[in-house]
Amino acid sequence: METIKLFIKSALIDNVVFIQYLAICPFIGMTNDTEKATGMGLATTFVIMLATAVTWPLYKLVMVPLGLEFLQTLFFILVIASLVQLVEFFLKKMSPGLYNAMGVYLALITTNCAVLGITINCISKNYNYVQSLVYAFGSAMGFLISMVIMSGVRSRVKTANVPKAFAGTPILYICASLLSLAFLGFKGLIK
Amino acid sequence: MSEKSNKLKIFINGFLRENPLLVLNIGLCSSLGVTTSIFNGIGMGVGMTFVLVMSEIVISIFRKLIPSAIRLPVFITVIAAFTTIVQLVLNAYVESLYNALGVFIPLIVVNCIIMGRVEAFASKNKLGDSILDGLGMGIGYTIVLVGISLIRELLGGGTLFAGTAFKIEVLPEAFRIGIFNSAPGGFLVFGILAACLQAWKQYQANKENQKSIEGGAQ
Repeated sequence: METIKLFIKSALIDNVVFIQYLAICPFIGMTNDTEKATGMGLATTFVIMLATAVTWPLYKLVMVPLGLEFLQTLFFILVIASLVQLVEFFLKKMSPGLYNAMGVYLALITTNCAVLGITINCISKNYNYVQSLVYAFGSAMGFLISMVIMSGVRSRVKTANVPKAFAGTPILYICASLLSLAFLGFKGLIK
Repeated sequence: MSEKSNKLKIFINGFLRENPLLVLNIGLCSSLGVTTSIFNGIGMGVGMTFVLVMSEIVISIFRKLIPSAIRLPVFITVIAAFTTIVQLVLNAYVESLYNALGVFIPLIVVNCIIMGRVEAFASKNKLGDSILDGLGMGIGYTIVLVGISLIRELLGGGTLFAGTAFKIEVLPEAFRIGIFNSAPGGFLVFGILAACLQAWKQYQANKENQKSIEGGAQ
């Protein structure tokens, strides 16, 4: 029960994009068509899960005993960057089809704030290993949801008659603001 | 173009014309996440500028020694080192700011502005130009942050400079609009600011067009 609660909380109530303001760059930059947005969302989900699965034990089992907590940022970003690189090599060799579909996004994911943000949050919120994985999965799903919703909204915006000053990106922030308002409505979902 | 005005142009570019946030649309997360008060906005802006300038200096000095195949990991390591310095300094001396900025301090590492400027500018240009570029971009970032947080703090919290010794109560409780302090307000204010800049640019372009048409007629 607690697990489901945590999942819903991280996916909807504390949505990564709309409530926590993480990963806004891909949210604005990669949502111009639904297929691309879904691809980016899935690739990010994969990397977030992998990164959380690796960084949590690294922090608790290696860095805490050695008293290296202050190097958290440096260690985590290096782990994430090398993981992404590793996944890229692995996919290239094992499944070229999947690599062609995901490859373009992988390089961008290294600098995706959601990945580093979620791994750091897992530590600062004092989650245990299972909770961390659930939290990571929930947040990643939240990211995927927001990407897909936004790409849908954008396909409507394309044909809409937008005031000249708002044409292009500014209108997207207004859309994001309204979506974020909608997501605030989930707040009462769990007491 | 003379040497001097060229240098000035590098410095000024980041302010409005190539503003990293409003025009290039990079490095947005921190700009929306921390701007609920002016104090946080300035703090984040200064921290970010420090990391940006220092990273550009280091990368620019060593740009010929870094093999291009492994340049990205090298950049990340340098940026992460300076971010850790900012994090430790804030934690030691300005704890309230450290708590308010929270996860967004370590996230300076993955701020696309720094990675983008280091890759696009510092790794190709001389030390002096890189410092100017870093300062210009940093100041441009800080200006926008202060602008957003000014509007959000004023309308959402009804105060100015909360968290410092100069706190001023401006709006009484009943006139505050809570939405500006929460998540949707950030997107809204940012969108409107971006639209204002775009309108200004369109106005400028129109004026220039008009001029060239008049010039052609004469």
